[in-house]
Amino acid sequence: MTADLLFYLFAACTLVCGFLVIANPFSLNPVTSAMFLVLTMVFLAGLFVLLHAFFLAAIQVLVYAGAVMVLFLFVIMLLDLKAEERRRLKVFGITTGLIAVGAILFIFLNTLAQAPLGASTTPELEGTTMALGKLLFTRYLLPFEVVSVLLLVAMIGAIFLSKKELK
Amino acid sequence: MDWINQLSPLWQFTLISSVKILCVFSVLMFIVAYAVWVERKVAAAIQDRIGPNRVGIFGLLQPLADAGKAFLKEDFTPDHVRKAYYWLAPAIVMTPSLLTVAIIPFGSYLGGEKMVIADLSVGVLYTFGIVSLGVYGIVLAGYAANSKYPFLGGIRASSQMISYEIAMGLSVVPVFLMVGDLNLTAVVQYQAGSLFDWLIFKQPLAFAIFVAAMFAEMNRLPFDLPEAEQELAGGYNVEYSSIKFALFFMGEYAAMTVGSALLVTLCLGGWSLPFAGLDQPASTWLGGFLHIGIFLAKMLFVEFTIIWVRWMWPRFRYDQLMNLGWRRLVPLGLANIVVTAVVLWALAK
Repeated sequence: MTADLLFYLFAACTLVCGFLVIANPFSLNPVTSAMFLVLTMVFLAGLFVLLHAFFLAAIQVLVYAGAVMVLFLFVIMLLDLKAEERRRLKVFGITTGLIAVGAILFIFLNTLAQAPLGASTTPELEGTTMALGKLLFTRYLLPFEVVSVLLLVAMIGAIFLSKKELK
Repeated sequence: MDWINQLSPLWQFTLISSVKILCVFSVLMFIVAYAVWVERKVAAAIQDRIGPNRVGIFGLLQPLADAGKAFLKEDFTPDHVRKAYYWLAPAIVMTPSLLTVAIIPFGSYLGGEKMVIADLSVGVLYTFGIVSLGVYGIVLAGYAANSKYPFLGGIRASSQMISYEIAMGLSVVPVFLMVGDLNLTAVVQYQAGSLFDWLIFKQPLAFAIFVAAMFAEMNRLPFDLPEAEQELAGGYNVEYSSIKFALFFMGEYAAMTVGSALLVTLCLGGWSLPFAGLDQPASTWLGGFLHIGIFLAKMLFVEFTIIWVRWMWPRFRYDQLMNLGWRRLVPLGLANIVVTAVVLWALAK
């Protein structure tokens, strides 16, 4: 009962904050958008806790809300915000946005139609860090390695781009 | 005490947790108030002055006077600030410390109750998650002020805290490799056996990196660049006055207290002492109170050392700070993880 109530609370807050990130009627300030994105992340972490995925919840807050968004904020503050605050909606932006949202919605609905609700069993990942680690190094080893290589590539790319002159 | 046992488990849990929260909060606030007094007294002793001695004997009522002053001063809001963030920032500064203290085991058992508010299985990850949110208070304060020096302070804070968070995270990985659990109660249990089970002796490098990163995360000297008075006129809190300014101060001291508590839990054996049977979880009320006393004593000692360091060390330069973080502490932390993992693997074979 409490869990249900909390789910609706967190879900509603996630949606409202997510909406305010992209279309805040009160302010066009990018810093405000970034702060609402932080709130969205935190409420998402709340949803993970309700699913007993404590590890995921902690990592969500630690990595996204705590590290990635601080960097976002850092970059936004160093940029000139005047142009951004005057920005208006453009047809091109609206069309591409709608197409992207439509595609994701289609995938979601498709998946939902194929997997009837309530039929699935409880996931075996009950949030313990050890179980998660074991799965990462056995069943999901290949995806895990691929992601690691991807991150390494991104890191080298970032270093390459930030070097002023190549020797 | 019979009426407690007659309550339903949910009400028991609610009641006991509320009592714990109330106690921990009051003790934390008391320590925060008197940490300021200790800071001023230590500074005075080191600089051969007397320090506060007008209010009460030894100036012991000084915190009350300071609080009264902070509340009664005019709360001035400059015209050019961004109002919403200007109000939000001081509140955010205070929150992370109050959230972190919830998972620190400040004693073993008292009357059959575990002396920790929330015994989370992911323990330290939660701590790091909350600590990483701490930077928002300072960054937003710098942004809200909408003027040069506070803004520079805010920018410095965000880059410094991101850099040292990584070193801090890496430094504790070997600790948890050895303990085999992320839960902080388990970490204390692991260290309870003898003095040489304390992780400061088993993992001196991890301890050293953690301490350095902790100083940087708390913005204390030698890493207090976000508020460097001589360069930034006080940094992110320049535009604040009265109780809002006091909240930044309290936030700093609360972070210090919680940081000391975390250090004691991770590396200095938590509530345990390796003699006189104090290494086992207490079964009596006296033992329970003794353990809480031991924990507080260790924590206050660490906090005193942090204050002491402030008046002994000069401030780092900004490039030195970044150099130390990225080029020394991060590689050292990584190497420590690999070495610890290899040794543990070899021992297990």
